[in-house]
Amino acid sequence: MLKLSWRRLAVRAAFIAALVSVVILNARAAGGTDRAAATVLLRDDAHASGIDFVHQEVTLDPKIANIAPHVGALGAGVSVTDVNNDGWPDLYFTTSRFGAANALYVNQHDGTFRDVAAEAGVALLNRPGDGVSMGAVWGDYDNDGNEDLLVYKWGYLQLLRNLGNGHFADVTARAGLRRWMNSNSAVWLDFDRDGLLDLYVTGYFRSDIDFWHLTDTRIMQQSWEFASNGGKNLLFKNLGNGTFRDVTDSLGVGSTRWTLGAAVADFNDDGWPDLYLANDYGPEELFLNHEGKRFEPARAGLEDDSKSGMAVAVGDVYNRGRHDVFVTNISERGFLFQGNNLRINFLTELGRFDEIATGVVADAGWAWGAQFGDLNNDGLLDLVVANGFISADSGRDYWYAMSKIAGAQGDIFEDAKNWPAIGTASLSGFERSRVLLNRGQAGFVDIAEQAGVTDRLDGRAVVMADLFNTGSLDVVIANERGRALLYRNEGKGGHWLELQLIGTRSNRSAIGADVTVEFGGVRQRQVVDGGSGFSSQNDRRLHFGLGNKAPGRVTIRWPSGTQQVLNGLTPDSLHVITEPR
Amino acid sequence: MTVAPAQAPARTLRAGAIDPRYLIVFLITLVLVAGEARYRILGGYERLATTLGVCIAAELFLSWWLRGRMVNIASAYITGISLALLIKPQANILWPFALGAFLAIASKYVLVYRNRHLWNPSNFAIAFLLLAAPASVAVLSHQWGNDLRINLVIWAFGLLIAARARVLHVTLTYVACFIVLAMIRNLIVGGPLLAELAPITGPMYQLFVFFMVTDPRTTVSTRRGRIVVVATVALLEAVIRIAGDFQLSLLRPFYVSPPLLALAIVGPIAMWWDLRRTMDVAAAHDPDPPRRAR
Repeated sequence: MLKLSWRRLAVRAAFIAALVSVVILNARAAGGTDRAAATVLLRDDAHASGIDFVHQEVTLDPKIANIAPHVGALGAGVSVTDVNNDGWPDLYFTTSRFGAANALYVNQHDGTFRDVAAEAGVALLNRPGDGVSMGAVWGDYDNDGNEDLLVYKWGYLQLLRNLGNGHFADVTARAGLRRWMNSNSAVWLDFDRDGLLDLYVTGYFRSDIDFWHLTDTRIMQQSWEFASNGGKNLLFKNLGNGTFRDVTDSLGVGSTRWTLGAAVADFNDDGWPDLYLANDYGPEELFLNHEGKRFEPARAGLEDDSKSGMAVAVGDVYNRGRHDVFVTNISERGFLFQGNNLRINFLTELGRFDEIATGVVADAGWAWGAQFGDLNNDGLLDLVVANGFISADSGRDYWYAMSKIAGAQGDIFEDAKNWPAIGTASLSGFERSRVLLNRGQAGFVDIAEQAGVTDRLDGRAVVMADLFNTGSLDVVIANERGRALLYRNEGKGGHWLELQLIGTRSNRSAIGADVTVEFGGVRQRQVVDGGSGFSSQNDRRLHFGLGNKAPGRVTIRWPSGTQQVLNGLTPDSLHVITEPR
Repeated sequence: MTVAPAQAPARTLRAGAIDPRYLIVFLITLVLVAGEARYRILGGYERLATTLGVCIAAELFLSWWLRGRMVNIASAYITGISLALLIKPQANILWPFALGAFLAIASKYVLVYRNRHLWNPSNFAIAFLLLAAPASVAVLSHQWGNDLRINLVIWAFGLLIAARARVLHVTLTYVACFIVLAMIRNLIVGGPLLAELAPITGPMYQLFVFFMVTDPRTTVSTRRGRIVVVATVALLEAVIRIAGDFQLSLLRPFYVSPPLLALAIVGPIAMWWDLRRTMDVAAAHDPDPPRRAR
């Protein structure tokens, strides 16, 4: 009897220990910010820099008024370019209300910007009948030395040719691109390496939906996990005469998943640019490029991992000379832990990516845009993640109401009229942005608050660029229904190297150029961006932090296939490299 | 989520018939295999290995340690699979599966009253994880594709097996109460009626109505009592849902899974009351009563 009592006591003690362990481990999982000395200082300098852009949300057909704040919570985009070839990065913001103006902020070289969108002819693109802007990507599609602008919309795509004199001409119809899509991302790429930039535009909602003249309300996803009733993605081949041809079906890239983010890089090292898609309500997709003749979906460990992909960022996380991938997703305490994906590229060795996100990397809230960039020039790529979906009434929360239909049969929630009214409720609102410092094998740590990033706006698009030519990456965040943020990087870091590439045999923007910089026994690889993240495009100039090392060999693999090796580049400098003819 | 007691005599439909436990084992295995094959509902086999391994090991060890004999592991198997399907933690962490599995099985040996455990094991574990570890655990993020066809198959098998296991009245009472209360909730909160009915078409409710709320080991002894209890669970769930609709922040931790948490509250109270009542009645008639078979 005594023995039995002792045993019962032991079991009870183990039971209580397990209960306590749950509480302790949960507190650890909740995370927190790192209190270590920060090497990144970011100061919100938007207003002082002359950027007072405020995104305005789209208005929709009253038939879906019950969930309009949910459906229409998109459209704050930002992209970087050097629109006037003056060597200083400029910024283009999109807004989404009819009559509201997009903004083109031209760098004044003195720490300020000036909005020239109206005089340039790229402001008033949000018009009834034409649709509203959701984002934009820059690329020199006609190789004339001027960056042209593709605005993707819920409505007609719009291609605006940069005339090189401060003005743009709308060449959409002539280019054969006047297509109605409900798109939230696009990327420039040269998929066939013919020296001409092609265009991949993704569809989110179906393209037969006109959000201002709905014929019925069956517009939503038919599954939260494996939806395939989204808009069809389209690939347009640049024919070189100012026109594009739809080659989607012949190339096999017409996914109808709900794509929100896309990025292009040579993930499998075969010399051809591949397409990586982040899909809402479904698994990510990687389309491997077979010598520009066709794309094939890769079985790379992605197809069964269904989440709510919002953005794709590409970066060489551990300086292995590989393009790894970060895809944002949703986490909400108690309701849903999808978690962001940090996928380490083992395609050439194992034929797959390994997903390794944990802690602060996995759980950033309702995460949207994200980009890699070395914020402290220590030689490791850090991550900035924008978060928060709908910040409205802080006392009302839509998560419970949404959970009622989230587990239901698809036929129910495919029809928007069956959704509970969101009213003034918030949905993962007031979430803060994350600044995740890469410590190599020690993992990422969130330093946002230490670094000075404390905003709780509904972040969407993130870009990083050395806006003031100081050798430090600054951060710009476009917020839904909120003001844009420009975080000026005032931290002290290590050495750096910046490369501006100009294509000759390749597309002049050098989009897709693959650069590996060796330093201190490691090599970091980056690709010139034709669009990535969410509704964003990073600067085409590549920025490499070097720590306390000097740059070693720099290898450029141009989109044309030309390989160029450079040695002895001066650190702490911007180098303009022209492709050998 | 277990259907038969570790130490109780197995109920059978008739002499020579299949033990209902094994029908439930078959059904939950069907759910697992179909869901995993079609929708990868597990999110990693290590999760299943962890819950199954810990549940079975804990059951075998604790039964031997405390009772001197190892019990049938069917119950632990069902609990293990249920936890693997229902627990959806923050990315790439396994401890909720391991600790949840241990807590589920250990609760049968610790949280007892008059030698009967009060909570359905997986219900206890999940409820505790949801309330104590909201930063780490959610419940069933996967929705099995929101596909009507696979859900119809599971409902058909589930109803058939519930009938064979003589718990169909529990399932049907809950479903009927849910529907009626959904209509009442709709009258109170407004909005589309389908939004209120929608939850019961989802996979979490399949697990709930076929494996958890019907668990004979943690339901009361009489048919009428079981009907009253399950109706009370549905009623409390409706109250939680209405509170959710009215944004009562005090109850927010309960909004993540109203049915599971309603059962976690009502179930043990009903069991305690039933055990106390039946034992007192038995004692009044016989000073040395045998165990009641239900």
